[in-house]
Amino acid sequence: MPITAHEIESLLRESFPDATINVQGDDGAHYAAEVIDESFRGKNRVQQQRAVYAALKGKMDGNNGELHALALTTKVPD
Amino acid sequence: MAIEDQIKETVTSSDVVLFMKGTKSMPQCGFSSRVAGVLNFMGVEFSDVNVLADDAIRQGIKDYSDWPTVPQLYVKGEFVGGCDIITEMTLSGELDTLFTENGVAFDQDAADKIREANG
Repeated sequence: MPITAHEIESLLRESFPDATINVQGDDGAHYAAEVIDESFRGKNRVQQQRAVYAALKGKMDGNNGELHALALTTKVPD
Repeated sequence: MAIEDQIKETVTSSDVVLFMKGTKSMPQCGFSSRVAGVLNFMGVEFSDVNVLADDAIRQGIKDYSDWPTVPQLYVKGEFVGGCDIITEMTLSGELDTLFTENGVAFDQDAADKIREANG
C-alpha cells in the first residue's frame, strides 16, 4: 500500500502541530522529510528522530512497512 | 541465547559495529551503502552484520535500539544513529570527534576529503 507525501505530512502534523514540515518525493515509497520543531530543543539527533518515527506510527516498521525509505532531517528553529 | 543477549554481545564485540542490509563489500540498500562507504573511505575497522541474513536479528536490532530502520551504527556498544545522522555527523566533524574520544582509528585526511567534496 503506497503512501503519499501528503499522508506523511498529515501524520507528522498530528504530533508536531507547530513545526515547519517539508516532505519531498512522489514514488510512494521513498521520501525525504525535514521537520523543524521547538520540541526538539535539548534533544540529541537520535531522540529527535525517534520522535519523528513515533509520529509515523509504524509506517516505517518491518518488512511490511509502507514507507521503505525516509531520509530524515530534524532541526530546532533558529 | 535470547536474541536481545545475542545482539548485546554482537554490538560490544567490536568497537564499531554496523547493522546493515547486505555486507560492507556488497551493500544491498542505498542507505546501508552510504554508511558502509563512509566507514570504508575513512579507513575505520568495523564489523558488519547483514540483517537480511537473519529475520530474528532484523527485527531484534530494531527492538534493541528502539529505532525502526537499518542501517544502525554502534560505537563501543552505544547506538549512534542511522544513515541521516551518520551523514550529518560526518559532514559536521562530530563523527571524527566520536571516534577520537572512543579510541577508534580513522584516516583524518580521508574524513577531511569527504567534507571538502560535500562542503
